[in-house]
Amino acid sequence: MRMIALHLAVLAVLAALQFVLPAYHHTNAARIMVLATYAIGFNIAFGYSGLLSLGHALFFAGGMYATGLLVDQGGWQPWLALVAGPLAGGALAAAVGLLALRTAGPAFMIVTLMFAQAFHLAILYWGRFTGGDEGFTLSGAARRIGAFDLADPATRYTAAFLLFGAAMLGCLALARSRTGRVLVAVRENEERTRMLGYDTFRAKLFALALSGLISGAAGATYGLMFGYVGGSFASIQYSILPLIWVLLGGAGTVLGPLLGTALMFYLIDWASSVTTASQFVVGAVLILLVLFAPRGLLGLVRDHAMRRLP
Amino acid sequence: MTRETILHPTRRSLLAGGAAALTAAALPRYAQAQSSEPIRLGFQLHRTGIGAAYGRWYERTALAALKVVNEAGGIAGRPVEILFEDDATDPRRGAEVVEKLATQARVDLIFGPLFSHVVIGSAPRAGELKIPYLVCSEGYHVASGKLNRWTLQPGITDVRAQVTAMAPFVTENLGKKVTMIFPDYAFGHDHRDFFTEAVAAQGGEVIAQIAIPPTETSFTRYFPRIPRDTEVLYHVMVGPAVLTFVKELGEFYGSGAKPEIFGFIDSLEAVDIASPGLEFLEGSHFWEGQCRMLQPDASEAETFYRDAVGVDANGAAIEDPNNVSCYGHMFSVWETLFAIKEGMEACGWRGPQDRQAFVEAVEAFTDMPAGRERPQGAKVFNAKLHQAFGHQFITKLEGGKLVKVHETSIEDSLYESDVDYTAMSF
Repeated sequence: MRMIALHLAVLAVLAALQFVLPAYHHTNAARIMVLATYAIGFNIAFGYSGLLSLGHALFFAGGMYATGLLVDQGGWQPWLALVAGPLAGGALAAAVGLLALRTAGPAFMIVTLMFAQAFHLAILYWGRFTGGDEGFTLSGAARRIGAFDLADPATRYTAAFLLFGAAMLGCLALARSRTGRVLVAVRENEERTRMLGYDTFRAKLFALALSGLISGAAGATYGLMFGYVGGSFASIQYSILPLIWVLLGGAGTVLGPLLGTALMFYLIDWASSVTTASQFVVGAVLILLVLFAPRGLLGLVRDHAMRRLP
Repeated sequence: MTRETILHPTRRSLLAGGAAALTAAALPRYAQAQSSEPIRLGFQLHRTGIGAAYGRWYERTALAALKVVNEAGGIAGRPVEILFEDDATDPRRGAEVVEKLATQARVDLIFGPLFSHVVIGSAPRAGELKIPYLVCSEGYHVASGKLNRWTLQPGITDVRAQVTAMAPFVTENLGKKVTMIFPDYAFGHDHRDFFTEAVAAQGGEVIAQIAIPPTETSFTRYFPRIPRDTEVLYHVMVGPAVLTFVKELGEFYGSGAKPEIFGFIDSLEAVDIASPGLEFLEGSHFWEGQCRMLQPDASEAETFYRDAVGVDANGAAIEDPNNVSCYGHMFSVWETLFAIKEGMEACGWRGPQDRQAFVEAVEAFTDMPAGRERPQGAKVFNAKLHQAFGHQFITKLEGGKLVKVHETSIEDSLYESDVDYTAMSF
């Protein structure tokens, strides 16, 4: 119960921040919540199920492009296109999973990376529709859902909060559910889990599809919120980023993705303001993390203070 | 009880009077502070990422132009500051940088980005924040009409204009059967589409279009696709694989007959033309936004600019001949800063409340004469397209030197378009 209260308190703080944050941090918070949603999606595969994918940009960008193209070129209503984003992310993840989950470990990383690269190159190849590496912008009308205009800061923050809240509570429910415990069992010892009678392939496929669905939702929302859909979101960089966010915050923790995303966002923001060698600073922090908190910050907290932190 | 008179004021009235006097004394200073406080310009800089080679020269050019502007009295008598912020040549970070400069650093306007995906990713945010966003980007994205009223490009021409202007020279002097080799992404596609159209308009023909995937590191397998009857090979490769591309092209043709070669200097920006492996390019032609190597007929404005930025006659940094500049593009930063100065002075700039008036003032630009403000040459600003049109240069590599052989007129680069940003709302 204490743990549920803790997570609800975090959501309450995020809801309240909307009214106190200055303009710059207000928009940053909205960005961070959507990117943290992406990290939550990644964390379900990596942190809870032990599936280290290097191809999650495929699901994030898949959701972004599905929504963006449908609303921009398909003439779909934005709300309907927004529903299509997560479905595309989930479907792509399920399809990739059917093939990639026949492998494990480094082979799984390579196969997922391969699919994501193929998708990235396809975006560049069909530039006539996708805008290629330049991408395309979304008009004001494409970003209005009913009476709500996602270009409006308050609406944008609320949309990001609702998305993040749903993903976080969903992840919390999953972590505390029977299915969640099966996923952790698969992560810890797949052979033993299978021996106990669980269909581990099905469990992993479920985890990857759910992970893709949440990633797709984040990508679709990000595109509509900031009015831009671009090929760089499908590049390998966007497969690595959620891994870094999750590792920093704490893999296999519900709040880790938010913490990691926010810290990394502001670390880059701060470092680029004080030095031209900002990437060196980021690299140094990551090395320190690996040396002193290999389970991430919330992993450290869980090890030493809150053993029941989900 | 103390009675107050003019000669014997009470302590309270003295304090009140003192405060009033101090306030009165401070008022003119405040009014003066408003009129002389620095104008703060944000610069979205590709300091890291794939645009870093351009970024460091764009920063250097911006600082040189800033020094000249401030030494000449600033903008409308106010000093000017530039705040540089790294966007990592990434569209997401680019939008965040626009946000940071506008809402945290509270700059008056933003300028400077080159890479088209960063511009397209950032422009929507600039439009939402209603802050002028002046790009130095060369791509066709501004003139295509896909951006917004707040995004302008007064300091460099776009790809469509460049290839439209140069096609006649290629077909008349080098050959009519052209094979194009270009990177398989948007920048290359602009070249493919507009150059093919422009060559056809000149009675020539693009007989093959060879798109190279951006991840490619070796090009040997693409060269056999060059038709034998190719008269001109048009290349516009960018990125670190350029040297390999040229070297392998040289190996492919060997010492045998080869077509005329016409390339964009983008292929070799920040690269020493005397690098080993580039000997094969001897005798080939290049497009240059501005001639990297000092030409005998260089204008006073051009040499002034070259000296101010600290570039030697070969296009390298004065202090380091190995540090080759992005001379074909970086003038755009200089010229954009002067366009900002002209726009601000034309609209009577007081502060951010005049941002819309500034955009309207730039839209009122027409002829932009050559001079120290525009060392690359005169330009004409098309308000509907938010785009400047100017001269283009074609150079030939002779004895390791890029020698100017042709300069196009502004009229050569004009094209028809239905785009009208001035009809868009703010």
